[in-house]
Amino acid sequence: MRALVIDDSRAMRNIITSMLKDLGFEVHEAAHGSEGLNQLATYGAYDIALVDWNMPVMNGLEFIQAVRENPVYEGMRIMMVTTETEVAQIMKALQAGADEYVMKPFTKGTIAEKIELLGIVAA
Amino acid sequence: MVDTDFTYIKTIVQERSAIQLSPEKKYLVVSRLAPLVRQEGVADLAALVQRLRQRPHTPLHAQVVDAMTTNETSFFRDHHPFQTLRTHIIPALIARNRRTRRLSIWSNACSSGQEAYSTAILLREHFPELKTWTIRILATDISPSMLERCAEGRYSQLEVNRGMPIQLLLKYFDKQGTAWQVKPELRRMVEVRPLNLIERWPVLPKMDLIFLRNVLIYFDRPTKERILQRMEDVLHPEGVLMLGGAETILNMKTAFEHHREGRTLYYRRMNGRTA
Repeated sequence: MRALVIDDSRAMRNIITSMLKDLGFEVHEAAHGSEGLNQLATYGAYDIALVDWNMPVMNGLEFIQAVRENPVYEGMRIMMVTTETEVAQIMKALQAGADEYVMKPFTKGTIAEKIELLGIVAA
Repeated sequence: MVDTDFTYIKTIVQERSAIQLSPEKKYLVVSRLAPLVRQEGVADLAALVQRLRQRPHTPLHAQVVDAMTTNETSFFRDHHPFQTLRTHIIPALIARNRRTRRLSIWSNACSSGQEAYSTAILLREHFPELKTWTIRILATDISPSMLERCAEGRYSQLEVNRGMPIQLLLKYFDKQGTAWQVKPELRRMVEVRPLNLIERWPVLPKMDLIFLRNVLIYFDRPTKERILQRMEDVLHPEGVLMLGGAETILNMKTAFEHHREGRTLYYRRMNGRTA
């Protein structure tokens, strides 16, 4: 199973990557949405992308919209992982095509449970 | 616990789980890590931290993080038991109770109520025909403060993150500041009451479904058997008992026998003993 972690904070990428590795994922990282799209172009669709909202260059919402417009990446699960907690913002992310939503802070259990909810079973 | 040791634990927990331990959580570190001190056979917490410091990434580090974080309960805990409730157990109970149009469910050691509300949400979400039934979800616990929390149905962001699908969060909770409260319609389905499993129980209705998950582990064997016996009396002869995933009643004096559906084990009374 392959996961893409997109977050402009290196510390947060490290935390999420380490959690996903413990769950058995092969993990790639990107520092913003545009870099994430490059990773997709290079490596193809991932089983899941975990995406921060507020990032420079291209934010998480724009990344989700770009991915959902491209049929090549159909079926790729996207989980937003963000400090945004307002209902209107959550709705916006879901309407853009996010499958799940995690509000920071979170625990390793959170990520594992949400991944299980999405029907993605790690190796 | 000395400050430098606390800071060390705080740092590894924060690095690996994104959870912030404030200085007033020192007592929590001491109590949660006590089992690891025993497991490692070291003299005290200071010795445990010393061992952790020797090498940066060991399984012990992971165990420390788990000990500090996994005690939080979650919604739809373990996921698969709730899948089995949806696909097998609840449909069978509905078929059986079609005439009485009643369903009685008991969540034992309900803590802050995640199991009771997960069940309420499951029923509302997947069994719309139950809207006209009398549904009673009894949530009991020994702790008054937990019962208060359970009745209030208000959860932090960290808590609703645990196991609650985002679509269901938006549908069944109201956001209040940084907290999320279960909608009144669902709270009305849950009745909260104090109950100590090893003392006298109040008169209870026959239950169709009893959750007794991760509760028996706290008792010795004779007490476990006594509690199971009393559960037999309260459970409808064709009702279902759910225990925790790692729990077993193997070799215990009880009339319950296990059934398996996928990954889920559940229990019914043995045929010969049914009323």
